[in-house]
Amino acid sequence: MSARLMQGNEAVAEGALKAGVRFFGGYPITPSTEIAESLAKMLPQVGGTFIQMEDEIASMGVILGASLTGKKVLTASSGPGISLKQELIGYAAAAEIPVVIVNVQRVGPSTGQPTAPSQGDVMQARWGTHGDHSIIVLSPWSVRESFDLAVKAVNYAERFRTPVILLMDEIVGHLRENVELPETVEIYPRRTPKISRAEGYEPYKPDADLVPNVANFGEGYHIHVTGLIHDETGFPVGSPKITREFIKRMHEKINIAADEIIEVHEEFMSDADYAVVSFGGTARTAYEAVLNARKRGVKVGFVRLITIFPFADKIIAELAKKVKGIVVAELNYGQIVNEVERAAAGQCKVQLCAKYDMTIFEPEEIEAAIDEVSGNA
Amino acid sequence: MRKQLRLSGSGGQGVITAAIILAEAAVSEGKQAVQSQSYGPEARGGASKSEVIIDDEKIFHPHVKAPDFVLAMTQKAADKYYSDLNSDGVLILDDDLVPNSPQFKNIIRVPITKLAVEKVGKALFANIVALGVLAKITKLVDFDTIKKSVAHRVPAHTVEQNMLALQLGFDAVK
Repeated sequence: MSARLMQGNEAVAEGALKAGVRFFGGYPITPSTEIAESLAKMLPQVGGTFIQMEDEIASMGVILGASLTGKKVLTASSGPGISLKQELIGYAAAAEIPVVIVNVQRVGPSTGQPTAPSQGDVMQARWGTHGDHSIIVLSPWSVRESFDLAVKAVNYAERFRTPVILLMDEIVGHLRENVELPETVEIYPRRTPKISRAEGYEPYKPDADLVPNVANFGEGYHIHVTGLIHDETGFPVGSPKITREFIKRMHEKINIAADEIIEVHEEFMSDADYAVVSFGGTARTAYEAVLNARKRGVKVGFVRLITIFPFADKIIAELAKKVKGIVVAELNYGQIVNEVERAAAGQCKVQLCAKYDMTIFEPEEIEAAIDEVSGNA
Repeated sequence: MRKQLRLSGSGGQGVITAAIILAEAAVSEGKQAVQSQSYGPEARGGASKSEVIIDDEKIFHPHVKAPDFVLAMTQKAADKYYSDLNSDGVLILDDDLVPNSPQFKNIIRVPITKLAVEKVGKALFANIVALGVLAKITKLVDFDTIKKSVAHRVPAHTVEQNMLALQLGFDAVK
């Protein structure tokens, strides 16, 4: 198949469809609207359902319900809408309902700058609902990767029965570029009960990977779904032991697979004395900044977080041992830099290169930060 | 070789669509292209800008700096977006909508919107007239390729009018 021009948001829709998403509930908002627009055309053609709800909260509610009936589901929004979805993201974590939420970030807080790029929702993606909860956050830097990570997000939601956030930004969401998409992708099927009711099936009894095989509604099993802490039967229990075990399992089902989930793209690292850490659309500019600095003889490497959460603790700790300084470039006031500093644990200098003025980085701005951390300034 | 374009005007004039078609044409010729856009929160009437980079190599940073070509379809856009033009670059202005030319040596004025209104029947086709102008001036993509891309992108019942608009723009530049 030859290359064609495609937008990041359109690639998310293509990826979701390829991964088996057959239900989208949403409410339009810039800069995410093209995801809904694309799926409104595509889903009916494959027997799927597109529904525009009355608001973002209902959009989240409707995908939870659809997922419980066995559909693979998606919703998409931007900051203001994601804030509204937060309560039900927690419900998805507690009730272990597979859902994918796309956030195409724009400048916030509140209505902010509706059409301008930002990466200000990083920590919201991790902690945007109350209570300890499980989540996976992925962030693409290209149109092709928007497709690939949409597929992965759907697969992870199914495999771990957790909400997954596909953390886009306006840069990649609205960018059009050459792309070739694969005809087929690997799909993680919906988990199903391994034993019958007669054999003592319990919907929230975890498998060996700590993830339960919750039956879909309408397939003959009795299931009870609640946001209250519940035991393996799915019914609420006011017990310290059950609460402790439940919260631990919700985290550990992700933690034990973290090495597999965490993906980091590294280039020019073999001789690097310094490194630029970035993610999403900003990484495109960071890449040019690294190329330019290397042309000037600065031994700087490129490190791009593809998986944002679970955070790449081990990889950043190793990086901090190897290099003298790390520049963290992000389109916000400083968020992922705190994670990098925590993982680096003082083993090297960590310098923030932040921008929050509606415009994307220019390579020179990141180069200046590289020069500062490497003492070439 | 890398070439950078900026198409600017006001929301509703279709500069983003024109940029998409140009980028699609480049891709169909096997080139690398990225197209990005920025616009105000309004659906119509706010400032609108789209940028296209065409190269043989992979393009990472998507923002245009020192463009080779700037198209301005309003006075406001002309005043705002010409200043970082490459000194050898070309500034293309809508003759009627941009009464005052900025101080720049290479300016080409074309009655883009007037041609659309008088010869095609609607200002709606101004962006495709502009695309014809760009095809002639930039020579980045073969005119036949652009024709195919326009035909592919526009609604089927408007292909004839759009082809007329494209040719009018192409012929308007000597």
